Amino acid sequence: MTMALGPYTSFITTSYALVAIVVLLLIVWIAMDYRTQQARLRDLEASGITRRSGRGATEI
Amino acid sequence: MTLIDLANPTRFLSLTTRVLPWLAAVTAILLAAGLYLSALAPDDYQQGATVKIMFIHVPNAWLSMFVWGVMSIAALGTLVWRHPLADVAAKAAAPIGAAFTFLALVTGSLWGRPMWGTYWEWDARLTSVLILFLMYLGLIALWRAVDDPSRAARAAAVLTLVGAINLPIIKFSVDWWNTLHQGASVIRMGGPTMDRSFLIPLLVMAVAFSLLFITLHLAAMRNEILRRRVRSLQMMQASRVTLAGEASAA
Repeated sequence: MTMALGPYTSFITTSYALVAIVVLLLIVWIAMDYRTQQARLRDLEASGITRRSGRGATEI
Repeated sequence: MTLIDLANPTRFLSLTTRVLPWLAAVTAILLAAGLYLSALAPDDYQQGATVKIMFIHVPNAWLSMFVWGVMSIAALGTLVWRHPLADVAAKAAAPIGAAFTFLALVTGSLWGRPMWGTYWEWDARLTSVLILFLMYLGLIALWRAVDDPSRAARAAAVLTLVGAINLPIIKFSVDWWNTLHQGASVIRMGGPTMDRSFLIPLLVMAVAFSLLFITLHLAAMRNEILRRRVRSLQMMQASRVTLAGEASAA
């Protein structure tokens, strides 16, 4: 299926591409931040620092 | 599980871990359906195919205001109820809200050029949304500038509530002033004026983007809770090092 977008194809495709890029960047940023925080918690646990509850640093 | 149970960050983390994969899957399905329906939507008799920009511009514009609304409720939670997750929710929402506002501005600009003949006009609607974007950036800067999360939270909560004054200005700017921007055609007294062939894809996209926000927000809140856990453990580690240093000196 091909879509005929007329004389303003570049405006339409740029809009959709931009939204896709920004949403993907948000997803990647949040996923990487999660990994970073987990890695920091693991490092702290490895150095013997534990939570007051006694649970492991990465444990929920 | 009651709402008060969610005040416990550990319970919140446990719930988020279980819910996030399902939310992400439903969001992806709805986004795919919305994009498919948007592709099938007919051209507008005046705007031609550029009407397809509406299916991404409008959900982003709605969310730019909705996210600030969520942050305002969270600000009340911080200042009035001192809910432990309130400032976590507000801080996590700000970058996502800023991204939606940026997308609303840029897609609006890309829609405006072929339809209005200009990328930008300093009219009430466009300017008030630009101010909203700058306020998001200001809040993010404030949270980054203050080390102590609880001090930053109170200042940010006050700023958020002051900034909420901009929301009705954005919404009613098209009624109060002469603007290039069209008036409300979906959320208005008397119901939508839009044809179903445009309204249905738009609503599907709006629900999909709202779910996208909820998914990203929950994930970002989880990160923020972990970041604060890291901070408190690092402070414990630092105090241990200090105590050990003092003991060896004595």
